[in-house]
Amino acid sequence: MAKIVAVTGNEAAAHALKQINPDVCAAYPITPATELMQRFASFVSNGEVKTELILVESEHSAMSACIGAAAAGGRVATATSSQGLALMWEMLYIASGLRLPIVMTVVNRSLSAPLNIHCDHSDAMGARDSGWIQLWSENAQEAYDNKIQAFRIAEHMDIRLPAIICYDGFIIGHSIGSIEYLDDETVKNFVGEYQPLYPLLDIKNPISYGPLILPDYYMEYKKAQDEAASKVANVVLDVAQEFEKISGRSYGLFETYRLDDADIGLVILNSAAGTSKDVVDEFRDKGIKAGLFKPRLFRPFPYEQVGEALKHLKALCVLDRADAFGGSYGPLFLEIATSLYPYKEKPFLINKIYGLGGRDYLPEHAELALNELVQITKTKKVKTVKEYIGVRE
Amino acid sequence: MKLKGWKEVTPGAVILDAGNAVEFKTGSWRSFRPIWHEENCIQCLFCWLYCPDMAVTVKDGKMTGFNYDYCKGCGICALECPGKKGNKAIVMIEEGK
Repeated sequence: MAKIVAVTGNEAAAHALKQINPDVCAAYPITPATELMQRFASFVSNGEVKTELILVESEHSAMSACIGAAAAGGRVATATSSQGLALMWEMLYIASGLRLPIVMTVVNRSLSAPLNIHCDHSDAMGARDSGWIQLWSENAQEAYDNKIQAFRIAEHMDIRLPAIICYDGFIIGHSIGSIEYLDDETVKNFVGEYQPLYPLLDIKNPISYGPLILPDYYMEYKKAQDEAASKVANVVLDVAQEFEKISGRSYGLFETYRLDDADIGLVILNSAAGTSKDVVDEFRDKGIKAGLFKPRLFRPFPYEQVGEALKHLKALCVLDRADAFGGSYGPLFLEIATSLYPYKEKPFLINKIYGLGGRDYLPEHAELALNELVQITKTKKVKTVKEYIGVRE
Repeated sequence: MKLKGWKEVTPGAVILDAGNAVEFKTGSWRSFRPIWHEENCIQCLFCWLYCPDMAVTVKDGKMTGFNYDYCKGCGICALECPGKKGNKAIVMIEEGK
């Protein structure tokens, strides 16, 4: 029987990990992901899971140990945030290039400098080209549900790619919310017995991982990896359909909120979508056709499906909780603009950078964006494409 | 040998056939060549033991010479060779000389 509980996002993610009972976890503590692995370490100490927990001296080592354990043939999970993810950078590409379906929770936190422990999305955005699947979560329920689904997606025999689950540090990670847990047996059956592909520990069939591949073959392996990535979206939808049967909760590649007949819309990731939905409702009450689009599968980005879902709007504001320094627009804006590029008729686009380093995202920020979109639909003119909001002059 | 296409390669470049280094010949890397002087050889097999590849050929427990397909010319065999009465059984000479 499913059970309603009041837990933090980290507690929910740790509970999911307990129910999945992976073979190996290697992790290094970092705020705000620490609580997740600290709770999981208690499950290991109390004998509630059979997981081999490897305590290491850095995140680079954590990911290295995960890669070794996954190549050996184990189901492997870890978690990190911010600088920890940045320190894993080299190994992220090795995990995806070796096609090892490791599942990692990234509790989103800003990157230094200046040093800051609070939420923004610069950590996960920094890993967006590393070949890892990325699923983003608005609240603890989605974090819990995405975590369970991620193992099925990553381990699918057509995919075999590692996956990241994102949720906002502190805002979701450390805040208590009411969520529904599935029962242990249901989760166990859903994720199923782990099926290793070419395990090193199969000593009757000796194999080698990590060979030097020279110019005569490197591109063939990268093309094969890209092909696997192109199949992810369909697998995400299939897994979501199965997950709905056991949970009653439905997931897609993204969530649309009052978007079908909307003229203007906000595009926003993770927890700030909740606040934005309230403001969308207020605008609807005023007779303004506003809507919201919240990506769930950010990597591989489902450009065609996103373009189809957004092309009918008149104006869109993409809100980024990370900047892409180097004169660029925000990372989410770039993807939305790319999705809409093929269409002759497409919405006006603006980009707001908000909430960096844990700066509060308030209803007035969504109001400001939506009011500007109303103006753009009237004037048919965009004054400034990219702008920081909630920042002092 | 026909090279494989991207649909034929293993996920993650895993090598499934153990010991396939035998198919990978590295002799063309060599700029120095080991020469075996049998008269100075005490059959200690240090050369065979230290060779990082499989360039030292041994038959019935005795060193018989080199398979130059696998010799990169690293010179470890010549360095380790104790020889006989101060004369090395393996010496390196420059290729092309």
